[in-house]
Amino acid sequence: MMLTHDILIVGGGLTGLRAAVGLCDKFNVGLISKVYPVRSHSIAAQGGINASLANNPDGRDDTWEKHTFDTVKGSDYLGDQDAIEIMCKEAPGIVYEMEHWGCPFSRFPDGTIAQRPFGGGGFPRTCFSADVTGHSLLNTLYERAVYKKVKIYPEWFVTSLCVEDGQCHGVIVLDIKSGELIPVRAKVTVFGTGGYGRVYRNSTNALINTGSGIGMAYKAGVPLKDMEFVQFHPTTLIGTNILMTEGCRGEGGYLLNNKGERFMQKYAPTAMELAPRDIVSRCIMTEIEEGRGFEHPLGTYIELDLRHLGKKKIIERLPGIRSICMDFIGIDPVKKPIPIMPSQHYSMGGIDVNEKGASPIKGFYAAGECACVSVHGANRLGGNSLLDTIVFGKLAARAIEEELPKDKLKPKEKPLLSLKAQVEKKINKLTQAGGERPYKLAADLGAVMSEKVGVFRTKKEIAQALDEVKKIKERYINVSVSSADPHMNYELHNAIELEYMLEVAHTIVLGALLREESRGAHFRRDFPKRNDKKWLKHTIAKMGKKGDPLISCKQVKITNYQPMERKY
Amino acid sequence: MISDTYTFKILRYDAKEPKKEPCFASYKIKVIPGLTVLAMLLRIRDEIDGTLSFRSSCRSAICGSCAMVINGKIDLACRTQVAVFETDTIILEPLPNFEVIKDLVVDMTPFWDMYEKIQPYLIRKSSEPEKEIYQSEKNRKKIDQFVNCILCACCYGACPVLNRDGNYAGPAAMAKLQRFSLDSRDERSAETLETFNSEEGVWGCDTVFRCIEACPKDVRPTDGIVGLRKTLLKNKAKDIWRSIKR
Ligand SMILES: Cc1cc2nc3c(=O)[nH]c(=O)nc-3n(C[C@H](O)[C@H](O)[C@H](O)COP(=O)(O)OP(=O)(O)OC[C@H]3O[C@@H](n4cnc5c(N)ncnc54)[C@H](O)[C@@H]3O)c2cc1C
Ligand code: SF4
Ligand code: SF4
Ligand code: FES
Repeated sequence: MMLTHDILIVGGGLTGLRAAVGLCDKFNVGLISKVYPVRSHSIAAQGGINASLANNPDGRDDTWEKHTFDTVKGSDYLGDQDAIEIMCKEAPGIVYEMEHWGCPFSRFPDGTIAQRPFGGGGFPRTCFSADVTGHSLLNTLYERAVYKKVKIYPEWFVTSLCVEDGQCHGVIVLDIKSGELIPVRAKVTVFGTGGYGRVYRNSTNALINTGSGIGMAYKAGVPLKDMEFVQFHPTTLIGTNILMTEGCRGEGGYLLNNKGERFMQKYAPTAMELAPRDIVSRCIMTEIEEGRGFEHPLGTYIELDLRHLGKKKIIERLPGIRSICMDFIGIDPVKKPIPIMPSQHYSMGGIDVNEKGASPIKGFYAAGECACVSVHGANRLGGNSLLDTIVFGKLAARAIEEELPKDKLKPKEKPLLSLKAQVEKKINKLTQAGGERPYKLAADLGAVMSEKVGVFRTKKEIAQALDEVKKIKERYINVSVSSADPHMNYELHNAIELEYMLEVAHTIVLGALLREESRGAHFRRDFPKRNDKKWLKHTIAKMGKKGDPLISCKQVKITNYQPMERKY
Repeated sequence: MISDTYTFKILRYDAKEPKKEPCFASYKIKVIPGLTVLAMLLRIRDEIDGTLSFRSSCRSAICGSCAMVINGKIDLACRTQVAVFETDTIILEPLPNFEVIKDLVVDMTPFWDMYEKIQPYLIRKSSEPEKEIYQSEKNRKKIDQFVNCILCACCYGACPVLNRDGNYAGPAAMAKLQRFSLDSRDERSAETLETFNSEEGVWGCDTVFRCIEACPKDVRPTDGIVGLRKTLLKNKAKDIWRSIKR
């Protein structure tokens, strides 16, 4: 069996759904997702989405230009300014569009969409739906997809991307329920496969965020960009690392050390708790390293105190946070501070694409967290990622609509069939008994990444991490799973994804080793300053002939904003 | 006293091999305090039995993947602490009122079919304003509880009417219908509600509130159903009034 679509979208998160909704009227579109779309990680976004609507009485003179400046500065000048301008200009339009499609945004007393302050923003421009903004947006887009009758293949797991002669031909899919391998041919393939958080042991991301899409594209020869930039969110619940949204601080929450001090005063006297994430994460780690954290069997922590906001505000604006705290750590934030620590949160780097979502490979597009345009540069601002997914999902769709009729792409069957045979062989090998089980390698990988390629980095530790990743890659050759039946075999999926996780990790580590400066989320203790002369550029990772990544550089696009020192 | 070694008894079945009766498999595993049922399931699959099937994604009670029966109670595995039970045996079974695909994974097709049937999207007739459609805080609040539904189907599994009659639309779909019907921006016609003016729709419910008990997100589907009944009755009264006047 071979399935054919004009356009194949992989990913049922905000990116994939937005692209599908934009294209389904004119083309034969299929959308594949390894989980039901509403189970995608986008559902978990809490805090909100940025747009210069200027609805907030304290932000009446907000404009898209100011949003652009905050984003450029937040990116530590690594973001491409032309792309950031496009995103910020589109922002109000897409927020209104989502509202017209039914998104239940929270409201101001005048009936307009409510906006709150977020880290790194000069204005209160984060639109939200209580503290379940991702849930509201994703449901709205899914509803729209149902309305538009988008053809969806839920619980289909993509195992590989098919690229030959500089052109993308489609993907190979494993139907999770039947266990069947199906080649899917398409003129255009779009990835909206999300981030790679689970490459780290401590991550706020869903369990399904393995970054397999990024690894798959890389293995098929698509370059990756800026992989060393990994965001660590300052406030995640100890133990499970479930996110405590920046909205907690946006609504006025404090960070306290074991002396009861609001320590952000020392580091960012103006922005305080609302300094950008990279900075707050480093401040928390410093407090902990210098002995001002609290001890707990689950790890050393800092307190996020919401008590002074009062019960009413907490229940109205942060109900999800309150129930997570009660369910997962038995604490009511109305009565007690929340124990938090920084952990991996967001993938700034990803598949190298332009502002149309187009990669260097013909017929292959990517957008959202799996892609790197780059609009987030070295550090993403809170509320800009939901924006990124919908804006670039939409713009990719628009570009495809224009290009597809012109391009006359003819995807071929032959490369798909030979790739399918390769996948079959691989699955056969994985299902041979006797090797190491995949979870052990995944656990070792997560530990190495969290411990050695984290908030603070040094040459020595990164070099060790590189060694260890290579060793785990060697062990991978002998991995095997318990059952040879591909039907409902989640362990087999894990084993297949593990290969891609290892590739992703390899590019992160190598990028981190080479970049001898500190910029945004990438902080080298041995090179604590930003070095614009040498490093105001993107790193590009391509898989070399022997399977190791080759790193090259690409210029950053600067339009109006010359790099300055970042102070908050 | 409860030891730190727990026994998980999991009902296993594979629809691909219908001849093999469902049966419980037991797994013994050490539990650290604070861990959830989902965390233990992941460990069992990783460390003991790689063939075990269950769904999971967010591990934070927001994606709706992991509904199942835990020691007789329907809940999300990811938000249930192992330690809340006064026993060291945890029994896990798939969500009722669905066909099992394998182990704890059920076929959600009927649930999604009902969801799609209620036209789960904002229906507008007026032209869109340039900016947002205004909505008062009060009107936004009206839909709040229904907006919070994560489509986990805990309610669907708990509903006694669905147990008798698979054609009943079920609590989640009705709650979703009310989410749109109550939205001040929605302009669906009275006829779209009429489709559910039947025993397979709003009148099928026995109002025994099992769905409310089962919902992990404090949605009250029965409120939705009762609200829809009122709207339907009001619409009918209006029709009668109109025909009298005519
Ligand atoms: C806890 C949390 C809170 C957040 N809060 C905010 C916020 O307040 N504001 C903000 O701007 N950003 C926030 N973010 C970031 C934001 O949510 C994500 O970056 C964004 O939702 C990613 O969307 P996406 O569409 O790119 O990918 P996802 O939503 O992750 O979707 C990926 C899709 O790809 C599919 N997929 C992946 N691999 C495969 C495969 N191999 N085969 C088949 N299908 C596959 C999955 O099934 C899924 O449908 C938050 C992130 C986290 C972790
Ligand atoms: S109240 Fe109605 S919908 Fe809810 S469980 Fe009972 S019969 Fe089912
Ligand atoms: S109403 Fe509650 S139980 Fe039912 S699907 Fe929604 S969240 Fe789940
Ligand atoms: S894993 Fe998402 S609700 Fe349990």
